[in-house]
Formats: sequence, C-alpha cells, structure tokens
Amino acid sequence: MIPTHYYLFLGTALFTIGVIGVLTRRNVIVILMSIELILNAVNINLVAFSRYFQSVDGQVFAIFVITDAAAEAAVGLGLIIALFRNKETVNADEIDLLKW
Amino acid sequence: MRFLDLIWLVPLLPALGAFIQLLWGRKLSNRAVSLVSVGLPGLSFAWAVGCFLQLLHLQGAPFTKILYTWLPAGAFHLADGALAQLNVEVGFQLDALSAVMMLVVTGVGFLIHVYSIGYMGHEGGYYRFFGYMNLFMFSMLVLVLADNYLMMFVGWEGVGLCSYLLIGFYFHRQSASDAGKKAFIVNRVGDAGFLLGVMLMAVTFGSLNFLEVTEAARSGRFAVGDGVVTAICILLFVGATGKSAQIPLYTWLPDAMEGPTPVSALIHAATMVTAGVYMVGRSNALFILAPTALALVAGIGAATAIWAASIGLAQNDIKRVLAYSTVSQLGYMFLACGVAAFGAGIFHLMTHAFFKALLFLGSGSVIHALAGEQDMRKMGALGSKIPTTAKTMLVGTLAISGAPLLSGFFSKDEILWQAFASPYGRGLLWFVAFVTAGLTAFYMFRLFFLTFEGRSRVSHEVEQHIHESPRVMTVPLIVLAAGAAVAGFVGWPKVLGGSNHFEHFLEPVFENPTMRASAHHVWSLEFGLMLSSVLVAAAGFYVAYLWYIRRPEVPERVAAAAGPAYRLILNKYYVDEFYDALFVNRAKNLGNAAAAFDLAVVDGGVNGTGWFTRLAAEISRLWDLWVIDGLVNVTAFAVKVLSYPVRIVQTGLVQTYALLIVLGVLIFMGYYLIHF
Repeated sequence: MIPTHYYLFLGTALFTIGVIGVLTRRNVIVILMSIELILNAVNINLVAFSRYFQSVDGQVFAIFVITDAAAEAAVGLGLIIALFRNKETVNADEIDLLKW
Repeated sequence: MRFLDLIWLVPLLPALGAFIQLLWGRKLSNRAVSLVSVGLPGLSFAWAVGCFLQLLHLQGAPFTKILYTWLPAGAFHLADGALAQLNVEVGFQLDALSAVMMLVVTGVGFLIHVYSIGYMGHEGGYYRFFGYMNLFMFSMLVLVLADNYLMMFVGWEGVGLCSYLLIGFYFHRQSASDAGKKAFIVNRVGDAGFLLGVMLMAVTFGSLNFLEVTEAARSGRFAVGDGVVTAICILLFVGATGKSAQIPLYTWLPDAMEGPTPVSALIHAATMVTAGVYMVGRSNALFILAPTALALVAGIGAATAIWAASIGLAQNDIKRVLAYSTVSQLGYMFLACGVAAFGAGIFHLMTHAFFKALLFLGSGSVIHALAGEQDMRKMGALGSKIPTTAKTMLVGTLAISGAPLLSGFFSKDEILWQAFASPYGRGLLWFVAFVTAGLTAFYMFRLFFLTFEGRSRVSHEVEQHIHESPRVMTVPLIVLAAGAAVAGFVGWPKVLGGSNHFEHFLEPVFENPTMRASAHHVWSLEFGLMLSSVLVAAAGFYVAYLWYIRRPEVPERVAAAAGPAYRLILNKYYVDEFYDALFVNRAKNLGNAAAAFDLAVVDGGVNGTGWFTRLAAEISRLWDLWVIDGLVNVTAFAVKVLSYPVRIVQTGLVQTYALLIVLGVLIFMGYYLIHF
C-alpha cells in the first residue's frame, strides 16, 4: 500500500504550485489554470483521506468539487472574455483601474 | 323748566360747538361755522340768565349740582392728626359770585363771538378760530362754575391751553408762535404755585370743596395769621399772578397781543385774566385768616397797577397800550381783594370786562379799517371817518378813566375808598392807586387823541380804503358801550345815596365780621376822596389834551428831555431782557448742555457699544477663520497625510489582493498551529 502521507505531500506540492501560479503569473488564463490546479490538489487530498478512513464521504465531496471547478472555469472564462473585450489585454498587471 | 337743574348746559353748549368745529369744521362753510359757534354760546348765555333769575329765588343760598364723584380718594390723616375723607366730584356751584362771573363770561363772550364773525370773516382757519374760542368758553365756564378747587384747576389749565392756541393762531408768524409759548410757560410757573397751594389745602382741610373749606376756615379752627393758611394763600396767589398777569408773571400779556383782536378782548381783557381775581375772591375766607397774604396781594396789586400804567404811557402800538392797561386794572382788582374789599374787586372786574372788551374790539375795528395798521403814530383824524367806532371808543375811554357816572367811576372809586379806609388798607396803597388813576386817564386819552383826533398821519394807500366796520362788528360795540355806561349803576354807593345793590348781592359770599364792623364811616372823607380822584382823572385828560391836540410838538420834546427815563419805560423797564438773562437763556443753556451730553455721552455710549460689538464680531470672525476652520482643516490634512502610506495598499491588481489573502490565511494557520 502507498502510505497516505505520500498523497498529502503531492497534494501540498500541487497546492503550493497553484498558489504561486495564482500570485505570480501574468497571463490571466494561466491564473485560471493555476486555480484549477489548486482545486485538483484539494481533490487528491479528499480522496486520500477517503481511502484512509474507509469512508466514501471524501469521494462524494471530490465529485462536488469537480463539478464546482467546472462551473467556476466556465464563469472565469466568461469574465476573461468580457475583460478582454474592454481592455484588449490578458495581462493581470494591466488591469489596475481600482489603483489609488 | 328748572334752569338750575341743567346748569351744566351752560358750559356744555360751547363745548359742543368746539367739538363740532374741531372735528368737522373744516368741511363746514363759514356760515355754518358761525351759526353753530356763535349760536351755541348765545344759547349758553340765555340759559345762564335763566339760572341767574332762578338763583335769585334762593335768597342768597348757594345752589350745588353734583354730576358724579371724580376722585373718591378715601380716608387719610390730616396734618393735625384728624381723619378726613377727600372726595373730589364733578359738580357745579352757583352762588352770587359765580353767577356774576358766569353772566360776564357768557354775555361778553357772546358779543365778542358775534364781533368775530365780521373781524375773522376773511381769515383762513375760520373754523379753527371758533373751535378754540368755544373751547375757551367751555373751560372758563368750568372754572367759574366748579364747586371745588381741583375742577377749577381743570378749567384753569383749559383756559391756559386755549390762550396758547389762540395767541399762536397765526402760527406761521414766528413772533406769534413765540408769544403763545411764552404765555403758556409763564402761566405754568404760576400753576405750579397754585397746585402746591391746592395740595397743602387738601392735607390741611381734608377737602377741596369751596363750601367745606370756607366753612372750616370760618369755624375758628385756625387762628388769624396761621402759618399753614398763609402759605396756602401765598401759593394760590402765585397762581393768580401767573394767570392774571401781575408782577412778576405779567410779561406774557403784552406779547399776547400777537393773537387776533377778539382773542385779546375775550381772553386777555374780559375773562381769562380775571380768573385769578375770581379765585382769590372765592378763597376770601382763607385770605381773611392770613393778613400777611392779604398785604402781599394788595402790595403787588398796587405795584403792578402803577408799574404797568407807567409803561403804557410810552407805547406806540394801540393794542400794547390796552394790554398794559389791562395789567394795571387787574392790579386794581387785586388791590381791592388785598384790602378785603372783595366785592369792590369783583365789581371792578365786571365793569372792566365791559369797557376793556369795548376798547379792544374798538381798536380791532380801527385796525380793520386801516387794513392792519396798529402803530398809533400812523393814525390820526379817524373820528370822522369811522364815527361809530370813535363814539363807542370814547365811551370806553371815559369809563376806564373814571369819568363820573360811567361804570368805571363807581368801581374804581370804591376800590380807592376801600384802599384808604378798610381795616386792612393804608394810605400808601390809596396814593399809589390815586396816581395810577391819573396816569390811566392820561394814557387812555393819549390813545384816543392819537387815533381819532388831530392831524392824519395815515399812509396814503391805507387812507383810500378807510371804512366803518360792518354792523356785525359795530352792534357789539354799541351794546358794550351801553354796558360800560350803565353797568356801574348796580353799585351806586351809599355815599351818593344809593344802597350798593351789587355788594349787597355778593355779601353772603364775602361775609367778614371785621369789614362789617367798619361799615360806619365818615361820609365826607369818602366824598372828598371821590372828588380828588375825579380831579386827578381830569388832570390826566387835560395833559393828554394839551399834548396831543393843542401842542402836538410837546410829547417829543418831553421824551427827548427825559431821555433815559423815556427809554426805560418805552422798553418796558427791560424786564423781558432781565428774565431772558436770568431764566430763559439759562434754561436754553441747560437744554444745550443736556443735548451736548446726550450727543457725547449717551450717543457716545450707544455708538461705543456698536463699535465694541463690531470689534467682538471681528475677533469672532478671525477665531472662526483661524482656529475653528483651522482645526477642521488640520484634521483633514492629517487624514490626507496619513492616507499616503495607506493608499499604496490599493494597487488595483487582483494578484496583490490574492497575496494578502494568502498571507492572512498563513498567519491564522500559524497562530493555531503554535497554540495547538
């Protein structure tokens, strides 16, 4: 059996990468992809604990998260398209209207 | 019909006339004004005659009619501790004295009103003149018919007011308005004395009613020479000097000639100025208790008589001569009262009313004929041109000079005799009055000769228009002349065989044991004095005749020779200038000082407060600007300054915000990890 903590470390690594991606990357689509990465890291965590506790709750929750991620991705892309229509850019640095 | 029950109609009818004129007179025609304002006094006279006739039935008892209680003043303690209740009512008392006054006022007043229709017919303010004249009649009748001193004072003040209004009738003329003010103010000085006397009377007698005060005075409660009673009498007399133009308050009367001539006739000859004499006569019981006051009255009366007569010798304005003559004759009346011959004083008052009114109205007729000329130096030889006026004036002049059998002779002689023979009289008083009689005859005939006889000195334009006055003016003159001629007969003295009805009639009012005791006297002495006064009057007449008819150049030479003395009397002994320096200008100085004080201190204070308020406002403004606004601005500045670092947080970049979220999560996680 693969020990549970292997899955947790994977999940953490993926989460961290995702967070860094959100915080650091310039392209808004890449930021969206990083958010997906975070969500998937969370899924791995949930499934890992589902196997550990021999309970199906974790997996059910993971299905919810996947659904949620999909909806979110759709909305996010819609936002990006609307944003692009207005500002002609996909660089997060250039969207600073609310700057002081 | 009982006239006496409605005696209040006598003053009320003229009051109604005044009321109508002063409210609606402007809209009435001259005819309507005349009808109302001469008709009503005429009715008043008729009613007065009715009241008089009914009074005679009462055989000497006074008639009183009280309308209502005016001042129920309540109980209080008198000076000597007794308890008294002062009740001043609006009431009328008709006895012998007030009946005489009432008839004189209404009778002569009515004739003068008739005369005024003609004299004032072409003047502006016709209704105003008659309104004031009616108001005067009302006030004078209230004065003489009142039954107490306070109501008399109401009438007293009323006639003073009307005197002011009528003297200043031509108020556009500065001299006329000044004269009106002078009359009122000098009068007021006297009124102060009168009021003080009345107040002292109230606390001494506990009443102001004539009958009550007279009874208290005659009851023996007060010793002869009592100090308080003397003080009361002197104070009342001060009021009389003001109203009746005696020394020292006579200066207003000559100036009062600025008013229209009917005013001079009515107010300043026949009626208002006699109010003082009436008042002293009414208070005879008090004066009998105060020999000092009587001596004062007699002394001032005699002194005024000769003083005014001497001024009248040199005056050139026809009305001025008559004015000083009035002052002098009033002196005679007070002389009579001062020697306790009150009946003689009132007798002279009555005869004087006739001949003085006649003389004034006659002079008005002359002035009317000469289109306003009043200076006798520009008259002369008018006798043939205005015969009726001249003849009636001659009667008046003879009457005032004391020509035998005319009214003035009887009344003046009675006074002269009483001045000599009364227990209160003395030879000096008789002598002064005697000399004055001579002076009177002289200046009156001077007036007559300069005006009606001699060579005409009338200016050419005026001469063309000389005309006799219309009947409405000459008929009153004739009636008054008749009165001046025969009015004396009611006082035909015992020395000449009569029984002196007049004094007998007035006896109940003036009863005085001292005088009654001296009733028996030496007939030959009285007859001798009578003869001497006729001679001195004849002498005065003769000198006037000599100087103004036979040798007209003499007066100028005498005046030049007696230079300083002549100037002295021509300038009325400079009394007005003296009063100006002593009182009038000092009062003006006080007024100016008060005005300067008001300007500097009071206005200065007000302005200073204003200045100070502006200063406070300025400080307030600066405080508001610098401190209050400053604080607000500083707060804003501080916020602005502090906001700089805070602003930087808002980068507008989503990723920065995401970073802050992550940091926050890490902090929370760190906190929980450390504690658990």
